[in-house]
This record gives sequence, structure tokens and C-alpha cells, in this order.
Amino acid sequence: MTKNPTEFSLTLDGKTVNFTPGETLYEVAQRHQKDIPTLCYDPRLESFGGCRLCVVRLEGAKNPVASCTTRAEAGMVVHTSTPDIETHRKTLLEMVLSENRELEVSPLRGYASQELTELSERYQARTGRFEGKQSGESRIDDTNPFILRDYDLCISCYRCVRVCAEEEGDYAISVMNRGFETQITTEFGGLLKDSDCTFCGQCVQTCPTGALADKKAMRYSETPGEIIKTRSICTYCGVGCSVDIMTKGEQIVGLQPAMDGPANEGALCIKGQFAYDFVQHEDRLTTPLVRGDDGELHEATWEEALDKAADGFKRVMRIHGRHAVYGVASGRTPIEGDYMMQRFIRAGFGTNYIDNCSRA
Amino acid sequence: MSNPLKDMEKPDVIFCIGTNMTEAHPVAATRIKKALRNGAKLITADPRRIRLAKMADIYLPLRVGSDTALLLGMAHVIAREGLIDKAFMDARTTGGEAFLEHVKQFTPQWAESICGVPAEKIEQAAVLYGKAEKGAIFYTLGITEHICGVDNVQSLCNLVLMTGNVGREGTGINPMRGQNNIQGAGDSGAIPNNYVGFQPVEDPANQAKFAEAYGRTVDLERGITKVTALDLAGDKIQAMLIDGENTVVTDPDRKHCEKALRALEHLVVIDIFRNETTEFADVVLPATSWGETEGHFTNTERRIQRIRAAVPPAGQSKPDWWIINEIARRIGFQGFDFESARDVFNELCELSATYKGINWDIAEKGQHQWPIPYEGHPGTPRLHEEGFKNGRGVFKIINYRDPAEVVSEAFPIWLTTGRRLESYHSRTQTGRAHGIDYLLPEEVLEVHPDDVASWGLTDGGTARMSSSRGHVDIKVQANPRSPRGTVFASFCFNDTPVNILTGGGYDPVTHTAELKVCPVAVTPVSGSS
Repeated sequence: MTKNPTEFSLTLDGKTVNFTPGETLYEVAQRHQKDIPTLCYDPRLESFGGCRLCVVRLEGAKNPVASCTTRAEAGMVVHTSTPDIETHRKTLLEMVLSENRELEVSPLRGYASQELTELSERYQARTGRFEGKQSGESRIDDTNPFILRDYDLCISCYRCVRVCAEEEGDYAISVMNRGFETQITTEFGGLLKDSDCTFCGQCVQTCPTGALADKKAMRYSETPGEIIKTRSICTYCGVGCSVDIMTKGEQIVGLQPAMDGPANEGALCIKGQFAYDFVQHEDRLTTPLVRGDDGELHEATWEEALDKAADGFKRVMRIHGRHAVYGVASGRTPIEGDYMMQRFIRAGFGTNYIDNCSRA
Repeated sequence: MSNPLKDMEKPDVIFCIGTNMTEAHPVAATRIKKALRNGAKLITADPRRIRLAKMADIYLPLRVGSDTALLLGMAHVIAREGLIDKAFMDARTTGGEAFLEHVKQFTPQWAESICGVPAEKIEQAAVLYGKAEKGAIFYTLGITEHICGVDNVQSLCNLVLMTGNVGREGTGINPMRGQNNIQGAGDSGAIPNNYVGFQPVEDPANQAKFAEAYGRTVDLERGITKVTALDLAGDKIQAMLIDGENTVVTDPDRKHCEKALRALEHLVVIDIFRNETTEFADVVLPATSWGETEGHFTNTERRIQRIRAAVPPAGQSKPDWWIINEIARRIGFQGFDFESARDVFNELCELSATYKGINWDIAEKGQHQWPIPYEGHPGTPRLHEEGFKNGRGVFKIINYRDPAEVVSEAFPIWLTTGRRLESYHSRTQTGRAHGIDYLLPEEVLEVHPDDVASWGLTDGGTARMSSSRGHVDIKVQANPRSPRGTVFASFCFNDTPVNILTGGGYDPVTHTAELKVCPVAVTPVSGSS
């Protein structure tokens, strides 16, 4: 314990720690690896203080304070985990659970969908301790193919509403009524399609209960196998959002944004979030094709096709010279494909007859 | 981009011109929205009342193809009002005096007479940008897809140079690159004028370097662009290897393009699907897709990022680099012994000036933005901080030019083309993604509601749209996003091949097609409702 608190230090669980002016107690605690539970918290969003699970004991304060909304001040003495505080958190959690009794939700529903489940396990919290009422009515009439609106699981943390406003700037969804009447809704209570929703999926990925869920991924809920995540970069547009491709066995089952992606910091758009399934589409080219004497393309072996491809270039070079061959590289392939295309032209034919698709 | 994406949240004035960012680069646009919430001001110049126009503090609804006039008018006001950064101009630029003299003649009233934006709006926008402590410019193909694309970009550079809005946080001149790896394609040397890492092919030192690296003599002059190559198809050009581009649908003047590909003696196409272009090929080779391939994409902020295989390749498909390497080997070319994407990437980095400081392992976490001149260098998120690569920033004397084709009695309406949020290029990918059709099932022609009425069209009915190169039939959508006299469509749907109409001209320097301006006639198709 420090006796002479410096200008920007406080006492956290008995240790003197520094803070930056403006930091919240939660942020200070996070930096010092304190595992404070939260439900309404998303580090990208402004603090909300709705769920109260992040309460800590602040010496001199009569009641526990929400650490996510309390700014650090010099000389504060904070306890993040006392028996009283843990009991308080468990009670709060059981009140939340009284309105949300379904705790087994598929992790394919969304990035944060397991948060409530994990907390209830950590605190051995019971769903039936309080006889609560359920707020939020599911919108089964919204048959859009992307976002399930299963508000029976909603706990009114407003993360969806806040991410849509603060991160996306779309303000497509809002909160109607209060208390047990609370309903997450769109303007005029209609379908997402008729609102300002762009189907970026941010609400789905921040929902801590799976109430908003990725309908496309959920198609694979029953598919056996562990979910494996592979870090990659979105294949649409030049922003370069980091993503985790989710697979079960050899099947792509969905995609989630990478919260630590340098270009996107957890954001995606409809294309990145939902338009990945061309990869395993039945239309994919799976064998080489060679044009036959009948003028049609026919399946061929790699040997046949590569020989025919090479022979054609050799023939043209022999008859018309090396400047008769042209290479067009792609803005979609990895850079290794582009480099090889220009190498083929430059090291192979010795010309600069090479371009890519950037002029159209 | 001169500045990193995270800088987009830092400017106090943002000038967006020729970019429909909320649809074409939605995630980048979220950063602009955040900047606005933090108090930044937004100027949007676009012929259409797009989302960025609605968000703007000052909206400049210019006529398609009149950007240089607008920008000359803005430069005039900035100079007249004494809003230039004299210290920056003296220290870091050249040609400023001549430029300031040049813009004296281009009053906002003159600009209004060409671009249609009220002179007072031009004044306001120029003063706002000119007074900005941190002013940032963002643009996309609405600037470059013109016969004066280079002039447009240089006009923006002039604004940047006269106000010193470069080389600092929250400033800069920032083109938003379109495709996932279009930046990387240029970086890799897949362009006719530069070797890998933008080393000019006409520089004797580079010629010697690459003659040695590639083990053969190299051409001493630059090559030709794809546009020229297609023009010469069947004549000087007789064989093409095309990788991952649906040329027939995405290039302007479709009939010309089809004729060119048909005229080739030998066409080999590498792709992941059969498409309109593979149908002209003698050999089609199946490539592995994103999700199945290891490698790198380089994004719009010059960040080199790893992509990884999550699932095995479809059927017998192979990585692009492998396919090209195999063709080269079978022709009998020496030195094509690559065994992995790692080998290819490492050679690229070794020979590049901009990627020199990284290799496959160092690039693993995607932390580097080029230039990375030596190993251990942290990369360069922000360009031009200390100085310009070639010494001083050069002011260019720009004059307004009309588009290649202007409206006439026969073709009295401006068509401009672009992208839509839910679809990507020719829809070979998004068109095969479950659910996209729910939001975007077909192409429509966006026509101002008053024009729908005055041209005898019906909202939801069919119109025939013609240019001097052909016609398409397309569903009409009454939409106030389009100004009077200008219509909009994307080229995404193959059954509404809008690029049959386009292709009136090309920028003389870059050979970029004037896809943003095409005079058309629009008439109702009888019997449609």
C-alpha cells in the first residue's frame, strides 16, 4: 500500500499501479490482468454500465461501483474481487439468467455468443433462482438470409444498438420500451431489409448471448467436428480486413471478423461477412479444360492441359516473335501469382508485355 | 494511400471526391463516420446524392467528368483568400508560383459554368479545406476512370501541395484501391513500365539488375498496356495468358473485347470458375481459391498481409504461381524451379526496393506497410513525412478538358457507372454466395423521379439504353440519388451488360477507360409495365 499516492496512481488489489488520465477502473484492471466479468462491455464501444457485473469495491464509497464507467482517480483504493463482490456479481448474473434460460447456444451464432454461457459456468449461476419475466420477442417474420433475430435470448445489454451506432454509424436498430417490455427493433418495427441495416453483421458478432445470430453459419450447427479458425484477409476490396475463416473438417462453415485486425479492428461489411461461400460452390472449376476439335471445352489432365498451354505459347513465339505474347495478372490472386505472371513474361520472353486489371 | 487507414479518424476536414466509400469500401467508411462524430467536417463532391453526400457538411453535385474545373475553382479561392501554406510551398514544392498565376483566371463562377456547382458552394468548400489544420482527401475510380484521370489526380495533388496537407497525421492524398490485391499487383511488377517495387524498366541500372536476376537479356523499353494489347489482338498480339480477370464483362466496350479475344491464336485463362472470358480460351486452368491458398494481399494502405488456406483445394485446382511456373518450365524457360509460395514471395522481396526489408517469416503478422527498405525497418505507415521521394512536390498546370464524348441530340443523357454494396465486380463470387440475391436480385437503372416522368419511363418498367456502341435493356428505378439528366447503373450483372455501352475514350497516360462518363439515350420499351 502506498502512503503517498502520486498524481496518477491508485491501489488495485493491494498494489500501487499507474493510470492514464481518462482511463476507467475497468481498463486499468484489464491492463493488470484482472478478470472482471462483463456482459454489456465491448472494448470498442463507449462504456455503458448497464449490466453492473463489473462492479468493484471502492474504499470510501457506500456501494460497489461499476468499474467500466468509473474514471480512475489518484489515491483510489480498489478491490476487484472480494467475497462480497463475487456474491453480488452472482446475484446479478442470476437475475440476468432469469430472463434467458437457454444457455447452450452454438458458437457459430457469433463471435461473442458464448459470453453469458461462460459466465454462468464460472459463477455456477442458476437460471431459475428468480422468477423473472422475459423481455424481447423474436422476429421469426424476418426471413432475411443473414441475421437471426432470436430476441428470446436477449438480455437488453444494447451492445447491438451501440455497435450499429458507434462503430458502423448506421443507427439502423434501436431500443423500444423499458424493463420487461424492452425490445430491440428497427425504425417502425419492420424488417432489417427495410431499415438502414447494411447487413455488416457487427450486431451479430458483439451479441453476448447469441440472440442475434449468423444464420448462414448456423446451417452447420449440426455438422460434426470442432470449429477451427484460420486467420486470413478478406478477399473483397482493398481495405484488407482481417478475418477468421471457420471450418469443420473440410467445410467452411462461416467467417468472423478479427478484433485485432489492423485495417478493420473487428469490423466487416456484408461481402466480407457473408459472401464467402463461393469458395466451395459446385460451379468451381475442378479440372483443366482444353478446347477440342469440336470447338468445345473438354476436361483434360494437367499434363495435357499444361502441354497444350506451353505449346501454344512456343508456337506463337516461333511464328510471331516474343512480343506477340501478353500476360494479364490479377488484382484478386495473391501477390505470388502476380509476381509469377510478370516473371513469366520478363524472365521467359524478355519483354515488358505485362499488365494487370487495374485499368478497368 | 499516403496515410494509414487509422488516420482517417484524425482529420478536421475530409474531402471525398469520386468515391462511393460506404458501398465500395464500407469498413473504411466507418472511420469517416467516426471522424464526423468527433467533429470533423465533410466535403463530398459526387454527381450522385450518395450516402457520403447526405453525410456531408458541404455537398458539391458536379456534372460527370468536370472534376478539374471544380478543383481549379477551389484552388483559385484558396489562393485568393491567402489560405496557402507558404512555408510548406517554399520548403518542399516547386512550380508553385506558376501554378498560383495559372489559377487566377479560374473563378468559382467560371467553374460553375462548367461543373454546375454553385459558385458559393465552391467558395465554401475551398475555404473549409484551405483553413483545415488537418485536411485529408479520399478518392476512388470517380477520379481516375476518365480521359483526364491523371489530370484529376494531379489537380488534387495541387490542392494538397498548396495547403501543406501531407506528411502529417490525418492529412494526405488517399486513393482507396479497389480489389483485394490490386495494390499488390502493381507492387509485384505486373505493369508494363516497372519491375517489382516500382523500379522503372527504362533505367539502365534496373535493366542490368534484372538481366542478371532473371538470367536473360531484357527489353530496354517499356511494354504496352492491356488496353493497347487488346487493340492489337490478332495483329501484333497473338497469345495471352490471363489470370483471374473476367475481361469480357469488366472491361469497357464489350464487343471490341470479345472480338479481340476471338482474334488470338492462343488464349490461356486461369480462373476459379468458368465465366464469359474462359469461353474464348483454348486452355482453361483451375486455380485454387481464396480460403484454399497461401500467400499475401497488399491493401490500400500498403500493408502486406498473409492469407492462409483453411480448406483443401477444390478438385484438382492448383495455386496460380504453380500453374504459371509449370507453363514456363514446359516452354523450356530456365529458372522456373519454385516449390512454394514462400519461395516466390522471398524472391519478390529480395528484388523489390519497397519490400526489401521483409520476407515470408517477417511478414507473418501483417505489421509492415511499404516501403520497408531494409531488414529491421518498421515499415512506413505515413508517406512523405520528411520529404518527397523525388525531392520536391511538383505543381502541375492543369486545364479543363471535355470528356471524350459529350451529350448530344442523339445521346442526351449522361450515364455513369459504379459499384453496389452487395455485389463485387462481375458477381462471379458474390453471385454465388447464398443470400446476396435477397438484397440485390438484378441490375436497375437509377433515374431521377422527375426524369422518369418526363422521359415517358415507368418506375419498375424496362428501358432501352443506347450509346454509339450498342444497347441494353434494363429495369428502371425512380431514384433521387441520380441528378436530373444523369443515370446510374453498375456493370455487375452479365444479363445487363452495361459495358456494351462504355468505352468512349481512355486517359492518354494510364490508358484507364472513361467508365464514369458515357452519353446515352434512354427510351421506354413498349409493353413493359
